[in-house]
Amino acid sequence: MASVTLKNIKKNYTKDVTVIKGVNLDIQDGEFVVFVGPSGCGKSTMLRMIAGLEDITDGELYIGDTLANDVHASKRGIAMVFQSYALYPHMTVAQNMGFALKLAGTPKAEIDERVNKAADILQITHLLERKPKALSGGQRQRVAIGRAIVREPKVFLFDEPLSNLDASLRLNMRVELSKLHQDLKTTMIYVTHDQVEAMTLADRIVVFNAGIIQQVGTPLEMYENPSNLFVAGFLGSPKMNLLEAQLVGVEQGAAVMRLPKGITVRSAVDASRGKVGDKVTLGIRPEHIQLADPQDANGIPARVDLIEHLGDIVLAYIEIPGINEIICIKLPGHMTGLKYGDSVRIAFPEKNVLLFDAEGLAFKRTI
Amino acid sequence: MSKPWRGVLYAVLLIAALYYLLPLYVMLSTSLKTMDEIRAGNLLSLPGAISFDAWHKAWGTACTGIECSGLSGYFWNSVRMVIPAVLISTALGALNGYVLSKWRFRGSELAFAMLLFGLYIPFQVLLLPMAQTLGWFGLARSMAGLVFVHVVCGIAGTTLFFRNFYVGIPDELIKAARLDGAGFWRIFLRIVLPMSLPILMVTLIWQFTQIWNDFLFGLVFSSGESQPITVGLNNLANTSTSVKEYNVNMAAALIAALPTIAVYVLAGKYFVRGLAAGAVKG
Repeated sequence: MASVTLKNIKKNYTKDVTVIKGVNLDIQDGEFVVFVGPSGCGKSTMLRMIAGLEDITDGELYIGDTLANDVHASKRGIAMVFQSYALYPHMTVAQNMGFALKLAGTPKAEIDERVNKAADILQITHLLERKPKALSGGQRQRVAIGRAIVREPKVFLFDEPLSNLDASLRLNMRVELSKLHQDLKTTMIYVTHDQVEAMTLADRIVVFNAGIIQQVGTPLEMYENPSNLFVAGFLGSPKMNLLEAQLVGVEQGAAVMRLPKGITVRSAVDASRGKVGDKVTLGIRPEHIQLADPQDANGIPARVDLIEHLGDIVLAYIEIPGINEIICIKLPGHMTGLKYGDSVRIAFPEKNVLLFDAEGLAFKRTI
Repeated sequence: MSKPWRGVLYAVLLIAALYYLLPLYVMLSTSLKTMDEIRAGNLLSLPGAISFDAWHKAWGTACTGIECSGLSGYFWNSVRMVIPAVLISTALGALNGYVLSKWRFRGSELAFAMLLFGLYIPFQVLLLPMAQTLGWFGLARSMAGLVFVHVVCGIAGTTLFFRNFYVGIPDELIKAARLDGAGFWRIFLRIVLPMSLPILMVTLIWQFTQIWNDFLFGLVFSSGESQPITVGLNNLANTSTSVKEYNVNMAAALIAALPTIAVYVLAGKYFVRGLAAGAVKG
């Protein structure tokens, strides 16, 4: 087991193409860290650099206390699980899992013992003599994980391991990965573009965009207090509603914004670094918007555009006259009365409204 | 498809098959006839009494120029030439393909393009420079020289086969092997090569046919003791005695063709399978 420390890591492919622009990160021993971001953000490249499959252009990578920049991939004490599983098609499951040990010259008896132990953990003992061709997607994924476990690595690396599985299997494997981490207590670094995987698996999430870290934190911290517009828009499904507004009042522990058509909204943030007249972006999650009483004069009048019934919840997409963005509201599943074209009044609770300045950085919340 | 049309289809296919089998039938039946029967009979008739005399003569005593010891010597020459030439050119092709697809370097695409260029150069153009080169190496008119020529001329094709096959092997497999601690050669020998059986069979069959059937290089770059069977067959057929012994000529041609026929019959299914490999996701 080991910590992983990234110090100002950079990656250039050619002189002009920089994909990682200086990453600093401390990953604790035993932590489950998820790198998340849109495709092309550099998260997979970062993982491959930790694995030793890509050269590090600049900066320092420590695995444990060892500077690992120039340590060969197979000597770093890491094991990696690939999206395509990357099982050797001509070898049986047992041979696949034992290949690294065999190359390292481990005695046959010890290889068998370790393979059996890993197979036991993953409940694939009955598959050991099969070839990968004869396995289902989920079984192949288990074998790929087993191949990593057998090596008893200090750090596990996962490169979008669940992306090739169907939705229900993905859910199962996600739960199993969580359990596996609780059992093994090994450091795990996991790359995904799926924010649900990130929210559910991670001790800490690292959001990447355009080759830099946007924010690092626990899932709930990131969800409640995104530090910028990118993180706010990336985490959460459906996405956070983001509306353009103008700052019209800065008070003690609160800000007042005006939306087009003279609608004013209050937000419990410390906006003292902003000034009246600034362009800002208002953010509110779909589950925080409330339907107001139709007679309530403070409610913002709106019209229902589309209703989606998901069983447990209802998603309502509504339009406020004069505002371009369609607003999504998440309502309890029993609210089946709404339909297309209905007039409603909505309210933005002050404590749930986030505010971002013109650069996209969040104002600090006061609650 | 309706029944009558299916019948027409089979009839057309049958006629086509007969048409292509006819020469082989004529060769085989003629080689089993005596000269008297050939003079008297019909080209398409079956031999009256089967006689292997023509085969014995073609193998052991027919004259090829002033020598009169049949094709046997030429046959074994071809065997001695074709085995190393096929193995070396295939091995180099596999290695080239592996490097050009999985260990790309700056300019590897250019190297591949230049190798492909080799496929489009007519071999006649190579004769003079190749003769010069063999002279420098001291390989002129030797078996080793002939093997060298075939290897050089075969690399372009074998590299293309293997490179295109290996492009279809996922890069993640190579990365996984690197993480498992395998290096360049171990990945090649333990991972990539065991996965290459289909393309290996295609390349072996392809190279065997090419090299066994080659006449041009055999004629130009070999002499007396190292001439391959194609040259021997040519000499045998062109050695003029009082009568043209059609039965011996046919037997000789069949002897020359037998190894390639055998290879196709024995390994043909791998050939089709290998050519189709990668066409459909397995």
